[in-house]
Amino acid sequence: MRIVHYVNQFFAGIGGEDSAGTGPELRDGALGPGRRLAAVLGDAHEIIATAICGDDYAAGHPEFAAELVEQARERGAEMVVAGPAFTSGRYGMACARIAAAASEAGLPALAAMHPDNPGLGEAAGTSVVESGLTARQMRDSLERFAAATLKIAAGEELTAQDGRIGPVARTNRRAERNAAERAVALVLTRLGGDGEATEIPLPDFDQVTPAAPIADAAEALIALVTEGGFVPAGNPDRLESARATKWVRHSLEGLDSAAAGSFESVHGGFSTQWANADPNRILPLDMARVLEREGAIGRLHGEYLGTTGNGTTVADARRFGMEWAAELRQANIQAVVLTAT
Amino acid sequence: MSIAKRVGAPRIVPTRGIPYPMGDPELGPEQERAWRRQLLERALLAVATPVSEPTVFDGDPVQ
Repeated sequence: MRIVHYVNQFFAGIGGEDSAGTGPELRDGALGPGRRLAAVLGDAHEIIATAICGDDYAAGHPEFAAELVEQARERGAEMVVAGPAFTSGRYGMACARIAAAASEAGLPALAAMHPDNPGLGEAAGTSVVESGLTARQMRDSLERFAAATLKIAAGEELTAQDGRIGPVARTNRRAERNAAERAVALVLTRLGGDGEATEIPLPDFDQVTPAAPIADAAEALIALVTEGGFVPAGNPDRLESARATKWVRHSLEGLDSAAAGSFESVHGGFSTQWANADPNRILPLDMARVLEREGAIGRLHGEYLGTTGNGTTVADARRFGMEWAAELRQANIQAVVLTAT
Repeated sequence: MSIAKRVGAPRIVPTRGIPYPMGDPELGPEQERAWRRQLLERALLAVATPVSEPTVFDGDPVQ
């Protein structure tokens, strides 16, 4: 098959976060991870072109996917594959959207990413195969990606054994026993001690119940928190720039602003030049103080809580969230402004 | 913003760029502070508003 492979600006070798605004384009042949993918796929298939788009551009212009798929079709593509995106959120979303757009255009399609990638939900029933957490697992991820590509190219369905992740489109099949018989059998199984038995496994997403609103911000104690890698200059706690395993807290008492040179961002997922030139762009301390003085905010909490949200595992993020909630409750905080990058 | 919705953040204020969620380097210093103030005011409106699902707040409080 003639395959077009999608990668972001980084894996295409164009550049890092400074090039994340790069618009969509198609280049001849395989690039970056596509070269190894082509080698593993063997002679029966050819990567005729690499579709590329910067992560920021793709996140802000969802129509990039249909544009690239149209260009791929014009070049004679018979299949579209995307990734692997690992745990990179914007890249994962772009891969899922490309695969979904290709499916919609009638082409077999496949994306690869980690099961925790928030882009997974954008795949709209198109096949997604599991990859590792980071590009360090590129080799294994590409082997699985290639095996899944071969299966899809052969017109077969991916299964959990192939590493298929994400929502699976429902298809009809005839059951051996009717619904009444199966329901009774399920009740008996549950009475027999297997309380989890089901024919319909529920998706593994948290349902977050929104907190009740506060009555009046002018009477409330409000905290600033962030996942923008915001730290005192010099990063005394050595907060990680990616895959954070911890969070930090620092006093804001007596400060009117998050001054350049006093704070900085160590986030590894975007260029920090603008954050470091004015750290209030990450933690809006200057204007929060103005609103506090004017009475729009009752009182600002005396410290901020922060971590780096960049490839963080869901398990770690959930733990940070629970610890933050406990801390903030104990401090009688009524509302939180969380700045997210 | 679509990621914030997807993961179920209850109250969302859209901003202009991942590297500067509470600013906009294209603006002059005073305009940028005004923009930051506007974002914070939207956040204060959001936390004082009942919601039942991920909700985007991109309008300004009625004075």
